[in-house]
Amino acid sequence: MGELLILLYIFVLATLAGKEVISKVPPTLHTPLMSGANAISGIAIIGALVVTGAADQPWVKVLGTAGIVMATINVVGGFMVTDRMLQMFRKR
Amino acid sequence: MESNTITQIAYLISAILFVSGIKQLSSPATARSGNARASLAMLLAIVVTLLDHEILDWTTVLAAVVAGAAIGGVLARYIQMTAMPQLVAVFNGFGGGASAAVAAAEFLRAGGSGPSLELGVGVTIVLGTLIGAVTFSGSLIAFGKLQGVVTGSPVTFPLQKTLNALLFLGVLVIGASLAHVGVANGVAPVFGMGALEISGPFFAALVAGALVLGVLLVIPIGGADMPVVVSLLNSYSGIAAATTGFVLNNYILIIAGSLVGAAGLILTQLMCKAMNRSLGNVAFGAFGTEGQTARVKTGQRPVRDVDAEQAAMVLAYAGSVAVVPGYGLAVAQAQHELKKVCDLLEDRGVTVRFGVHPVAGRMPGHMNVLLAEADVSYDKLLDLDDINAEFDSTDVVLIVGANDVVNPAARDPDSVIAGMPILDVDKARTVIVMKRSLSPGFAGIDNDLFYMDNTLMFFGDAKDQMSELVKEVREA
Repeated sequence: MGELLILLYIFVLATLAGKEVISKVPPTLHTPLMSGANAISGIAIIGALVVTGAADQPWVKVLGTAGIVMATINVVGGFMVTDRMLQMFRKR
Repeated sequence: MESNTITQIAYLISAILFVSGIKQLSSPATARSGNARASLAMLLAIVVTLLDHEILDWTTVLAAVVAGAAIGGVLARYIQMTAMPQLVAVFNGFGGGASAAVAAAEFLRAGGSGPSLELGVGVTIVLGTLIGAVTFSGSLIAFGKLQGVVTGSPVTFPLQKTLNALLFLGVLVIGASLAHVGVANGVAPVFGMGALEISGPFFAALVAGALVLGVLLVIPIGGADMPVVVSLLNSYSGIAAATTGFVLNNYILIIAGSLVGAAGLILTQLMCKAMNRSLGNVAFGAFGTEGQTARVKTGQRPVRDVDAEQAAMVLAYAGSVAVVPGYGLAVAQAQHELKKVCDLLEDRGVTVRFGVHPVAGRMPGHMNVLLAEADVSYDKLLDLDDINAEFDSTDVVLIVGANDVVNPAARDPDSVIAGMPILDVDKARTVIVMKRSLSPGFAGIDNDLFYMDNTLMFFGDAKDQMSELVKEVREA
């Protein structure tokens, strides 16, 4: 259980760190925050790459490839649309 | 150094960039570079992963990345800002779907090599599949509701909660017995599973059950409650990614996933607070239905209505104006006309600010994005607490397409919206309400604000009336 405990430590501490930095985001930026966070949840692409890269069975490869496509849509689309929104926030 | 050590250090740098990138989102001035930093963190993590792991088939992997990037890029480039909630819902769904796909692939891989899984891995595979699949189908339904493909009204049927509870229980039982595969060495698993031939159908049932559960959890939720649902699904997509991190023993997946999980949870809480509802009430209350509007009779009391010319006079000769935009403004696409009115007023020396309620749009902060798109300077966008401190000294409040969030009934302990945080617009000297009719908002109750002595009703379509207002203010 040692390894699993370390993972749990990381999970809890990262959640607390996330809570701290995200609470400071003002309501004005909540939509970009959400779409940006959304892009970050595309981190699942790492998992998809690992699984697909090592795939030696056809169905594993199919699932992994589908995972890569979905996660990449999430990552690329998420960061791009967040940038598109944020460049509109201007002070005049 | 071993390549694995280099990878772990790169993941650490990536984690630091993610956290500091989000931190930069705390100000509109630095937010754009914060987003760039987070995308750099992602790129770093991807490149390092590709270099560190053996990739058997580069063609497939790269083709999948290019296809995904093209689809995501086109969606991001051409989406209308009003459709942002739908887009976020779809992206959420894909994030959840990707996590579910990864967990399912790991299950197949492990199943193929016999019952050698540790219990911990079995549990995380099941959880990753479950949360990912619920996020996927739930997000697609949320997309459908926001896009108008699926009805925005709550879909309810008898014994719905019982069915949901039973389904959830069933999925958990299947999941638990699957996770038990891990202890197959020595201990007899619940269903005697182990080999893929036996456990496969159970896994398929788990996926199917989770997909159906995602649909059933979202369909009873009304259109007005979508900000909560989108926030919650956002959180799920992060937790699903973190769970696959447990499966693959990958730190960066856990860190980035839990950051998103935390973000979604915080936004969910904020949205619930802004609507004065508990999460349970949103999830199971079947609230926010347009059908409820028939409950009250409105228009029985006299109101003072004005035309564009009179409204323009009141605005043009005010010292300070606070604009309160609601979702009606976005529906009518009148934000650009509104900006013109505000520019004209400012040219005359009138101080103009915007009071934005947290649930003014269809997702948290949506209205601020729409106003930013119309080129409104962000320092003029005030949130609930800040603008409420200003209404006492404001000459005119112009309300466009908002209703429940300015209803003074929220201060009456007997009202259905009692305790909901509202904008205290009735404290201003004059209130102009731009609205189609006296019909109630989502809460289905009449609004006393409309009948007050200092309230002027300016009836009509927001866009048409706003264009009229531009003309009249120019001539005033």
